[in-house]
Amino acid sequence: MGQTITQKILAAHCGKETVEAGELISAKLDLALGNDITAPIAIREFEKIGAPTVFDKERVALVPDHSTPNKDIKSAELVKIMREFSRKHDIKYFFEIGKMGVEHTLLPDEGLVGPGDVIIGADSHTCTYGALGAFSTGVGSTDLGCAMALGETWFKVPETIKFVYYGKMPKWVSGKDLILYTIGKIGVDGALYCSMEFTGEAIREMGMAGRFTMCNMAIEAGGKNGIIEPDEITMAYIKGRLKRDYKIYKSDADAVYKDIIEIDVSKLEPIVSFPHLPENARPISESTHIKIDQSVIGSCTNGRIEDLRVAAEVLKGHKVHPDVRLIVIPATQEIFLQSIKEGLTEIFVEAGAAVSTPTCGPCLGGHMGVLAAGERAVATTNRNFVGRMGSSKSEVYLANPAIAAASAVLGRLGSPEELS
Amino acid sequence: MLKGTVHKYGDNVDTDVIIPARYLNTTDPKELASHCMEDIDPDFVKNVKPGDIIVAEDNFGCGSSREHAPISILASGISCIIANTFARIFFRNALNTGLPILECPEAVAGISNGDTVEVDIAEGKITNVTTGKTYQAKPFPPFMRELIEVGGLVNYAKAKLGY
Repeated sequence: MGQTITQKILAAHCGKETVEAGELISAKLDLALGNDITAPIAIREFEKIGAPTVFDKERVALVPDHSTPNKDIKSAELVKIMREFSRKHDIKYFFEIGKMGVEHTLLPDEGLVGPGDVIIGADSHTCTYGALGAFSTGVGSTDLGCAMALGETWFKVPETIKFVYYGKMPKWVSGKDLILYTIGKIGVDGALYCSMEFTGEAIREMGMAGRFTMCNMAIEAGGKNGIIEPDEITMAYIKGRLKRDYKIYKSDADAVYKDIIEIDVSKLEPIVSFPHLPENARPISESTHIKIDQSVIGSCTNGRIEDLRVAAEVLKGHKVHPDVRLIVIPATQEIFLQSIKEGLTEIFVEAGAAVSTPTCGPCLGGHMGVLAAGERAVATTNRNFVGRMGSSKSEVYLANPAIAAASAVLGRLGSPEELS
Repeated sequence: MLKGTVHKYGDNVDTDVIIPARYLNTTDPKELASHCMEDIDPDFVKNVKPGDIIVAEDNFGCGSSREHAPISILASGISCIIANTFARIFFRNALNTGLPILECPEAVAGISNGDTVEVDIAEGKITNVTTGKTYQAKPFPPFMRELIEVGGLVNYAKAKLGY
């Protein structure tokens, strides 16, 4: 019986030829990740174990990105715990402010994750790295704390749902729209405990930015991991970046799938997910009556240079609507600098946007753009739960960067095609 | 044997409503518990009593990986959660932090808000004391039972490393 890419990677990391869906395994880890919200608890649990140090100081990455630059004294204390732990254990990949970025954009760009890896992170969007053909999934702090000591963790081998995207992508439709549409189709628990394997000609033609966005949001359908088979686009991305060896795995033609879902992308238009679940997906043409107070472009979902280029293309020559605050957040320092070099930052500032240093900040209602009661935001982020960006009486609409940029100019949800 | 009053919720209770991110600048269980469920049920903290039980429908604990969610629920006094299904990271976090959880759609359908419920975790037996009906939850696989028996993942890791 054939194996999926996810089964093959997990089998290779637990010393087996094959693994079956539902089987419980203990797998070796190529990298374990934590951030300033999850790592302090993980460190506390790690210290309870009594291990003298971490399993491999080059395979633990600690990224202070959620409440940074420190938003208050309590957050500063949490980051201090991470910093001191990193120094004590000589953790190679602790990223200080000024060198850090939003973790799920930073780690691939820094070459710390690659094809064939097994990665866990104490952050639910760790599933992002599946875009490189890795098995990567989010866990909690205790899992991370134990993984830092053991270098391995337990998994239930997931069943896989295969998604086949065919047809040519219309203008302004991106990976974000494909994944929002998919979540709308199957629901926020439509892939519960499952692997989501993204395939088809639309994926093969998609750049890495769109692929990262799609795998990033697998968790929003309840998925354990999102994954895309590596190809020449993957190879071009990792070339000169990846700091470790890699291995390419591909699904067998006779691999067993729980379900196969085919989606014609040529019929799609940009999608907006309405409050308060990512599954409330609607086409932009049916969403233009929604007035907005804020637009956020950034996050681990859509804060890459490609996302900023699209936003700048839409914003160039326009001004942000007087009733709207536009906040643009490049996901890493490297992207921030690139945005300056390409003149994108100038376009944002001239349009009237606030441009921020890398942070997760507003995505989770932490800082740098928190909403008041009754306010509405369009955001390129990944969740629109009650209270996600601030007040429990505020609303978040999820969209791609082109829609977020156009909406900032229009003062309501809308498409770049509506701008003269 | 666990026994308490039921606080019942619907589908997709996410970790942002269990403990909003604005309170994630602390790891103190008591402080986290003081804001537990406040964006979905502002009276929860006022009403919850030690031993009480949360009953919910599909996909409980979806969203972020924050372990602050099961920590805040445990510290609020909740003794157990019964749901149709749990989101997978929450499921792991509950096992790892010692928060008892059971999947049992029949019990969820037969239990109302405010009922008194008794739970035998080891046996997976749920009794609705208010109606007199009993239900049997799905058993955990042996490895997960072992995790629960040794008191969570930290003790498991300790044993594995010989500490």
